Amino acid sequence: MECQEEKPIIYTMENKPIVTCAGDQGLFTSLYTSLAQQLPREPMEWRRTYGRAPKMIHLEANFVQFKEELLPKDGNKALLTFPFLHIYWTDCCDTEAYKSTVKEDMMRWQNSLRTHGSADWVIIVVETNDTKKKNKTNILPRSSIVDKIRSDFCNKQNDRCVVLSDPLKDSSRSQESWNSLLLKLRTLLLMSFTKNLGRFEDDMRTLREKRTQPGWSFCEYFMVQEELAFVFEMLQQFEDALVQYDELDALFTQYVLNFGAGDTANWLGSFCAPVNNWSGLLLRRPIDMEKRDGIQRGEASLLDLRSYLFSRQCTLLIFLLRPWEVTQRALELLHNCVQELRLLEVSVVEGALDCWVFLSCLEVLHRIEGCCDQAQLAANCSHTVGLWAYATDKLKSLGELCGLVSEKGPTSEDLNRTVDLLAGLGDERPETVSSLQSPYKKLKEALSSVEAFERHYLELSHAAMEMYRAISRLRSARLVGKSLAEFYMKKGDPEKAEAFLQEALKSYVSEGWSLPVTHTRKQIAECQKLLGRTEDYLQTSALLAGDANLTMEERKHFCQEILTFAGKSEDQSDKVTLSMGVFSQLTRLQFQPATASVHSGAVLQVEINLRCLMPVSVHIQQLAASIHFDLERAGTNGRSKGARQTIPGTVEFSHDTSSAGPSSSSGGPPLELEEIQDRSPTDNSLNSTGVVCKNTHLVMRLPESISPPDTPNCVSPPAVTLKEGAQMLKVQDVTLEPGNNSITFTAPSGQPGTYTLRQLFATVGQVQFVLPHIYPSVQYEVYSQEPQLTVEPLSEPLLAGLSQMVKFTLLTGHYTVKKGDALQLSNTDTMPILPSTSCSARISNPTGELVGESALSIQSSEKVTSISLPATPPYHTLEFQLEVLCIIPSGSDHPPNERLTNGEVRHRPRSYSHPDTPMTAIDQRMSIDCPWSIYSTLLALTFYIPFKTKHSLLSAGNRKYIQVCVQNMSDKNFTLAEVKLTEKQNASLELESLNTKTQQLLCSKHSLFCLWEVRWQDDLPSCLQCVFSTNFSPLKQDVSAFKPFQYQFQLERVTTLYSVRAEILPPAGEQNCRSGFLCGLEVCITRLTEPAEGEIAEDSKTDTEGLKTTKLMYEVADSSSNWAVCGKSSGMVSMPMTADATHKVQIEVMPLFAGHLPFPKIKVLKYLPHTAAVAIQPDPDSCVENDSLSLLDKALDDGGGHGQHPQPRQRALCGQRRPAAEGRGHAASGALQPGTSVQPHPHTAGSGAARHRRPHHGGQRYMTLVARARPLFIKLNPGPGLCRDFAPGQMGSVSTLRVAGMDSPLSMTCSHHWRHYRLHAVKSQ
Amino acid sequence: MAVCISVIAKENYPLYIRSVPTQNELKFHYTVHTSLDVVEEKISAVGKSLGDQRELYLGLLYPTEDYKVYGYVTNSKVKFVIVVDSSNTSLRDNEIRSMFRKLHNSFTDVMCNPFHTPGDTIQSKAFDGIVSGMMVQAG
Repeated sequence: MECQEEKPIIYTMENKPIVTCAGDQGLFTSLYTSLAQQLPREPMEWRRTYGRAPKMIHLEANFVQFKEELLPKDGNKALLTFPFLHIYWTDCCDTEAYKSTVKEDMMRWQNSLRTHGSADWVIIVVETNDTKKKNKTNILPRSSIVDKIRSDFCNKQNDRCVVLSDPLKDSSRSQESWNSLLLKLRTLLLMSFTKNLGRFEDDMRTLREKRTQPGWSFCEYFMVQEELAFVFEMLQQFEDALVQYDELDALFTQYVLNFGAGDTANWLGSFCAPVNNWSGLLLRRPIDMEKRDGIQRGEASLLDLRSYLFSRQCTLLIFLLRPWEVTQRALELLHNCVQELRLLEVSVVEGALDCWVFLSCLEVLHRIEGCCDQAQLAANCSHTVGLWAYATDKLKSLGELCGLVSEKGPTSEDLNRTVDLLAGLGDERPETVSSLQSPYKKLKEALSSVEAFERHYLELSHAAMEMYRAISRLRSARLVGKSLAEFYMKKGDPEKAEAFLQEALKSYVSEGWSLPVTHTRKQIAECQKLLGRTEDYLQTSALLAGDANLTMEERKHFCQEILTFAGKSEDQSDKVTLSMGVFSQLTRLQFQPATASVHSGAVLQVEINLRCLMPVSVHIQQLAASIHFDLERAGTNGRSKGARQTIPGTVEFSHDTSSAGPSSSSGGPPLELEEIQDRSPTDNSLNSTGVVCKNTHLVMRLPESISPPDTPNCVSPPAVTLKEGAQMLKVQDVTLEPGNNSITFTAPSGQPGTYTLRQLFATVGQVQFVLPHIYPSVQYEVYSQEPQLTVEPLSEPLLAGLSQMVKFTLLTGHYTVKKGDALQLSNTDTMPILPSTSCSARISNPTGELVGESALSIQSSEKVTSISLPATPPYHTLEFQLEVLCIIPSGSDHPPNERLTNGEVRHRPRSYSHPDTPMTAIDQRMSIDCPWSIYSTLLALTFYIPFKTKHSLLSAGNRKYIQVCVQNMSDKNFTLAEVKLTEKQNASLELESLNTKTQQLLCSKHSLFCLWEVRWQDDLPSCLQCVFSTNFSPLKQDVSAFKPFQYQFQLERVTTLYSVRAEILPPAGEQNCRSGFLCGLEVCITRLTEPAEGEIAEDSKTDTEGLKTTKLMYEVADSSSNWAVCGKSSGMVSMPMTADATHKVQIEVMPLFAGHLPFPKIKVLKYLPHTAAVAIQPDPDSCVENDSLSLLDKALDDGGGHGQHPQPRQRALCGQRRPAAEGRGHAASGALQPGTSVQPHPHTAGSGAARHRRPHHGGQRYMTLVARARPLFIKLNPGPGLCRDFAPGQMGSVSTLRVAGMDSPLSMTCSHHWRHYRLHAVKSQ
Repeated sequence: MAVCISVIAKENYPLYIRSVPTQNELKFHYTVHTSLDVVEEKISAVGKSLGDQRELYLGLLYPTEDYKVYGYVTNSKVKFVIVVDSSNTSLRDNEIRSMFRKLHNSFTDVMCNPFHTPGDTIQSKAFDGIVSGMMVQAG
């Protein structure tokens, strides 16, 4: 049994809810142990009011003997001492005994409970078998006692009386009875909790609502709510307990804030009292009774209240196993307290708060270390590091305050201050007296001496830095390091300081924080000056002198530092080399001339733009750029090589202009792309081409390594190596003003080669600034050039047959043209050089400016034309023009290759068709002897023949015509005059011109047709040698400009061999032919001439009967489905070899339609001897020579520009039809009036593909048809679309053309080789 | 309200940083720079949890005795850091959030400017105006 104390108020965690026991104390004592053990064994669900979540709770109880004093008096709100349940124990089984004593006792108990308004009671009746046995005689049923008790006390509350059977026996019955008892007790306890706590909370709330009333005291309220927290803590409900403290915390905070806003509460007065104790948090006790008493008395200071509140929160959080929340809250608390004291304007001794914070930080850390192992601590650095850093910070400021940081040590004033501060700490708490490392001891020791302070400070700093590093908060670590560096600087130890500063600087530079960079760099400069590291100091000074973040005075100061050093006259060994980037930036480099390519000896100027970063103007003794000379890349004719690699005349160097911070670093450096071409070394043909990135190494850098390209922010001066080049660009004594400066160098250009600018130096006294690499690389070229002569047409294209101007360009190169030097041109008879009256040469310098102009003298002898050149300096251009004429070679006249006297094949101009123009081209070679070379220069000019000439032989019955077509292929318009055709061999032959006009206009891309009728007296010669000649001149030029044009051609087999007549006869007895009825077609072939000698010899072999015959084959075919050829459609006839021999063939045909139908096509073919056929006929499919008979067709074709020339070998079998056909032929020739230019017929445009299949040619068929019926012209217009429905060659709706419908204009379509034509049949006469 | 507002590029260099003129600008530079530690820590912590919709607002980065530093990270890892005076207790979390939202909107406008090169420091007057508004308000 727990001995109840006189005053059971125990502020420890051993608190349990109080349960009083009345009645049989002995009985209770015997059961106490099992009861106390078993009660917390099973959890109970505690349903909460106000919507709080239900909780499972293990109930424990502190069983004390019932005493009247334990019952709370009115107004006593204490909860901890509140008995939550009252139990009456009895094992009475004797009715008499019950009635006599027990009942009375119970009544008294009940009465006292009732007077105190306590309704939480229970009566436990214990039954034992022993008692049963003992009092067997006066046994009453057990129930009767219980019933009696129930009826006496528990009216309507039967559950207030519980029976416990055989509690000390180990039987199931006993166990069951225990269980029900325990359950009952738990239930009743919880009911009591709910009821009493609820009531308490209600009271508490009421009290809180009164907080606006004047007499309200926070401290009183604090005690009330804390009571609740204690109860929750007692019930192990730490979360709820913490909530109470948090509520108090928030309430207090709000009051302080309201105070700050001007809303003053009276009770806050005590908290505004000056702080005179700053002993820090105390977290080692569960409850700091001292402070609690202070609060209870209303004497606590703000720090006391906060400390107490936090210590309670800390305790609960640790119970809740949330130590990291403690550290977080601690930091907040410390910050908050400092702010609150400021807000409440509490007077605090200087440094006192620092002490308090320092001690508190360490106390929290100690507390946490006390409840966690090392591994846990290490893993949760991030939670504790803030406290470490804060403590470090505070210790540092304390050290500064107490004069412990200075080199000299503390003054007496500092010592006084230290004493005051230490006094405020009070005595060390008993808990930590034994501990060697207590915060109290640490602070006292740290403030005791300079050395101790340094030790403690360094220890803390390093601990904080290491922790920051461990959780990779590197920036924070560096900031601590920087603060450490400042400490070292104050201690006069710049060496240690610099290391920390450099590390911090590196981080700021790499991340582009310019202001911290400047600040840190200034500190570094100080270090370096103290350390006497001149070079580094000067470098840093230069950086600072150009730092826009500094004031002008500061910049001038640093600049002066450099200049002062530079001005010191010391020996050369003391020269200091610094990076150029800190001093000035190369922004632009410009070549004059801009091509950056000069011939050797010429003047090349290099202008560089330097942006000087110094705040004042700086005098530079020498500015120089070293040059790397590369001989190999210099070509002998540098100009053409220079074109291969264009050197920009102006190079811009990109720098970040904004010194405020890095910019455009996100995208990295821009791509520098260049086109490359890989050419074959042998024939210069292109193998491959592509684009290369020139700065891959910059672009492809890992993104992490990209530091903002802020050049002046470089951490330390890059190692500068001086490369002494053989040649230098130098300028002496320059003054660089702040900002942009322009300096001009004169570049050496003696030897031909490539000169690359490598480095830039600026010398200021002892200091030399060096730009180690000029990037992008800058180079210029000096070249030496051979003289070059080029001839090019003044205007493209050069036309043969007309006088044309050509331009001679002479690049003198390194050669100086002296007076008397002459160009010797070998004359050719195909291209004479025309003497001209005014011929002047222009001399221009390399930049293209005109230097001089002088007349040329040209002397021509038989073989050579000599051109005397004016004196020209080297690397100049000499230009003059000459007029030349290329004689057009006349037609097919190919004289045999002439050989010159020296046996060399004379270069005959060869004509060929040029792919770019339809004109025929002639390459005309020129051989020029130049004074600078022993070799002749060979040049070629390409001339174009403006005309294309074609001829054809036309037959109409017995008449013969020769047609010549002159086509103007050039872009110029010409006038043609005196068109003439002559025959060379046969004098008797008369050519009667049908050309009416003497002069004809021949426009560009047009043709001119000329026609002659051939008249002969005796026999027509089988072969005609014709010469067509005309004069031509460009349009609008006078008669003198006419130039002759000649065209020679030969016509063979001119004579007509056979005439073919065809007639369709209606069936016997009929007047007309009817569709569907057979008609007779009579074909009559007549031989017109005696066979020639060769023909007889040829054919006689086939003769079998002695009579000389020629075998002819005829064929009647109608592919347009107008006629059905019945029976035999083709056959063979043997023509006797005599003149006027006639052969008639009868063939049956049937018209398929009514109307005027065209005749079916009749073909007459001649067999050729087998051997001859192979040689002549290129078509291997047939051994017969195939020729169309239609005169009209041919004429039309010729008119359209697609007619075939009557080839010399071609058999001209002239077919003759009925007179209608002849009339038609006339009409055709009418369309071919001599001298009339005929526009190409549209229908021919698409017929080219069908050329080899002439019988299927759509156009012809209609012509035949129309001409047969009435003189009609049919125009074929290509339609707009393609018709895909017809197969190639297939005819479309030809059959729809009805002769009957001819009276009116008619339109029809047919498809022809995928092409859609629209046919317009127009009535013509 | 705010004593320092800064925008920091993905690569951690400042795109914009402005503080109240009465206080030491340098100190804020250091503070903001150091806060990047916590920003990175928070970003990487978020990355691990693979939240589908990342919260841009990082909350209080760390308090100091005098200032509270709040962070915000856009989806393109541009950081906004706002430093608030600790004594300014009237400022609630929601107000800080709305400040960041405003800042983000204005920043987006700056980025939408076709004449602005992303990665350059922010020179926009409109943005400056927004920032000034935040610094003056209740300041």
